[in-house]
Amino acid sequence: MSTSTSDVVVTGLGATTPLGGDVASTWEALLAGRSGVSRITDDWAKEYPAQLVARMASDPVEQLDRVRARRLDRSQQAAVVAAQQAWEDSGAAQLDVAPERIAVVFGTGIGGALTLLGQDDILEEKGPKRVSPFTIPMLMPNGPAAAVGLAIGAKGGVHAPVSACASGAEAVRWGLDLLRFDRADVVLVGGTEACIHPLPMAGFAAMRAMSTRNDEPGRASRPFDKARDGFVLGEGSGIMVLEREEFARARGATVYGRLAGIGTSADGHHITAPDPTGSGASRAIAAALRTAGIDAADVGHVNCHATSTPVGDVAEAAAIRAAIGDHPVLTAPKSAMGHLLGAAGAVESIAAMLSVREGIIPPTLNLERLDEGVQLDVAAGEARKVELTAAVNDAFGFGGHNVALVFTAV
Amino acid sequence: MASTQEIQAGLGEILEEVAGVTPADATPEKSFTEDLDVDSLSMVEIATAVEDKFGVAIPDDELGNIKTVGDAISFIEKNQG
Repeated sequence: MSTSTSDVVVTGLGATTPLGGDVASTWEALLAGRSGVSRITDDWAKEYPAQLVARMASDPVEQLDRVRARRLDRSQQAAVVAAQQAWEDSGAAQLDVAPERIAVVFGTGIGGALTLLGQDDILEEKGPKRVSPFTIPMLMPNGPAAAVGLAIGAKGGVHAPVSACASGAEAVRWGLDLLRFDRADVVLVGGTEACIHPLPMAGFAAMRAMSTRNDEPGRASRPFDKARDGFVLGEGSGIMVLEREEFARARGATVYGRLAGIGTSADGHHITAPDPTGSGASRAIAAALRTAGIDAADVGHVNCHATSTPVGDVAEAAAIRAAIGDHPVLTAPKSAMGHLLGAAGAVESIAAMLSVREGIIPPTLNLERLDEGVQLDVAAGEARKVELTAAVNDAFGFGGHNVALVFTAV
Repeated sequence: MASTQEIQAGLGEILEEVAGVTPADATPEKSFTEDLDVDSLSMVEIATAVEDKFGVAIPDDELGNIKTVGDAISFIEKNQG
């Protein structure tokens, strides 16, 4: 029976990140504490205050048919690569699921920025007749969701939440509702981003949001550390296959864990700055625990949004202390793979899910002196083995969007 | 002035680059949409590439009349030079 309280489980995972071209290699690198951050060597970056990025470890173009790849923005290429992995991993491709019962919820923070900016260069240099007829589908923010839907043949609805760096997590959030309200039997949820280009880099740098530790790429992203000075721009994509548990069990699917609860809120504070009290984030986390029907005491781990910005990390710590307490073990994967913007919430949801499944929390890199404002147990140095029944993934976005997701063991 | 054979070969290269059509499949009787799976957006790219390669611009109202590879070859032949 499908009801608003049906259990929803994760049955497939896919990702391409600065740490690896798939989930297994990304997870292995996360646990090993490797960094995916490097310094840009292109001439244009020489005058930039922030010159660090985390590029995808595996170029998605190499994993796609050439003609197909040239009609997709890089953010869409990453999305399709991750979606193909997740779809195969779920085994749902072999199933006789009606396309009308397969849905996609897939977000991006920025959309096809590389296409927009690249085609603008062509417009300036060669005129309007030389602009590609694929410009619009490659730059539109629903383009990645549509590309994923086409790649797997989803006809049950394709949706594209856009909430900056919370987009990927927000997609996961809507997947739960679609399944609980029986709008679909299988939903692919996730996010993507690929906007490493002079303009977004200049924009983020102008906000003073990026780390300028250019001489030490591997040490630049340092969430919760006293000496943190901003985030590192990353790129990649993450996606999960969700199903109602009875549906997944009936088809004998491998179940990674449950997406047990979701919570969202808006800060209503400032267009980019997080509410320093963390009250909006705290409300999202509390709502997620409520919908999951679990007590704060059951949450052993939080996979944090922690981007390595001075204000954000401390606000998130305050939110966790208020909504959960000081017992969970935290980690901040952006220390290793940078900030994947609209993909972050999806990739980090995968990490949170795997932590619950395997009882191990990846380390936060570069945490040498914990900020006094944090006052929480952050896994640092090496991976921490902990028996977990539930973990929370946080994701926040410019605009004041807060999303919290609860993953539990099956 | 390119010969018919040269035009067919050049068009084949364009179709391969833009739409992934195997050159051997790009024969005159083939329909772009029905046989070669070339959609209307790709037709616009093909028109741009034809202009670059043969110096023949295909106006939008003519583009709609070009249904087959043979139609494209004839148009280029008539309008080149």
